[in-house]
Amino acid sequence: MKILGLVIVALVGSVLIYATVDFPPFADPESPASLHVSPRYIEKSLDETAVPNVVTAVLADYRSFDTMFETTVIFAAGVACFLLLRIPRRRPPGPRHFRHRLTGLTFRVKDGENGKEIFLPLREFEPVDSVWTPHDFIIEKVCRYMIPFIQLFGLYVIAHGHHSPGGGFQGGVILGAAIILLSVSHNLRTALKRMREKTGALCSALGVFIFAGTGALCLALGYNYLDYRALAALLPGGPIMARSHGMLLVEIGVGVAVMGTMVWIFKNLASLGRYDEGL
Amino acid sequence: MEDILRLIIEKYNYWIYITLMMIGLYAIIAKNNLVKKIVGMNILQTAVILFFVSIGVKRGATVPIIEHAHDGAHHAIRAAEYINPLPHVLMLTAIVVSVATLGVALVIAIKTYQRFLTLEEDEILKQIREP
Repeated sequence: MKILGLVIVALVGSVLIYATVDFPPFADPESPASLHVSPRYIEKSLDETAVPNVVTAVLADYRSFDTMFETTVIFAAGVACFLLLRIPRRRPPGPRHFRHRLTGLTFRVKDGENGKEIFLPLREFEPVDSVWTPHDFIIEKVCRYMIPFIQLFGLYVIAHGHHSPGGGFQGGVILGAAIILLSVSHNLRTALKRMREKTGALCSALGVFIFAGTGALCLALGYNYLDYRALAALLPGGPIMARSHGMLLVEIGVGVAVMGTMVWIFKNLASLGRYDEGL
Repeated sequence: MEDILRLIIEKYNYWIYITLMMIGLYAIIAKNNLVKKIVGMNILQTAVILFFVSIGVKRGATVPIIEHAHDGAHHAIRAAEYINPLPHVLMLTAIVVSVATLGVALVIAIKTYQRFLTLEEDEILKQIREP
């Protein structure tokens, strides 16, 4: 199998390298890809949409159907992870582990008679994962103070995507990574306290709904689906600014969907669908 | 000699991506472990993403944000001054979608492990053939 694979890879690779002889040279301004559609976008998008960042204009306006269904793909991936992995069980049977906050000692606690939970004063004991997890004071504190700034930066990236590199996808990933960082630096329970499973799933669906709803709103106002000029009837600034505002709405939808799905997938993967412990 | 050098300078970026792509393809075909196959799939995706981004490069051009470059908001915009935004748009969505599909692939690997207690492909096939 290894030799066969090597032969196939060498054959395909040599055919592809032979094909590159006909490719346009690297960084050629006259390459076919740069002459067909993109000059139209670069020259007209500022006049037509009032958005200086051409990437955002193409992503959220000219190619918004593509972006909408990419968002739907992300949502579908989140739902697939949930349906495949989630086990609707509160807590697996067996001993649990607690750490005494003051001394740092770890206790293993068995269930009492008839599976009753043993009461521990949770101000002094915190539950820890059954697999060994390091307890590092510095990492916990540093992450705790970093996370609000990371989230603020994520909001900035979403909101400022019209004028600088950024947008819904990037900002949503940053917001999701902040929650994942909380989960990695502390533990899954802390992250679940901040953002419940239901919140992640609802964010994921809500983002797709905002995107599709903006399109449907345009349809209801008498224009084509996702033709943001229709929003001029509701927002100030005329049809060109309405396209800019419509893009902002859509980017917010994408950001919410991406954040929710990233956190949802991570929590499912990290806890093997049990949502009790992990990482 | 000069021709060969020019060929290398003009095309070396494609060769790098083809090499990366073939590393990924080899991992998908020849590796026995399912997680290694998933890693190979991701390397292949990365190679395609790099290929698309390199298509958008233009010599002497800048990022496709009109205001910030060449005082662009005040005179006519020339397409040759900005890199091609289209591959960037396509890859922007592809990166996030590849993360989501990576999640699904890992979930399927986890379910496979829970069912067969191994991630090695030949052992899984053996268990399927001899129940």
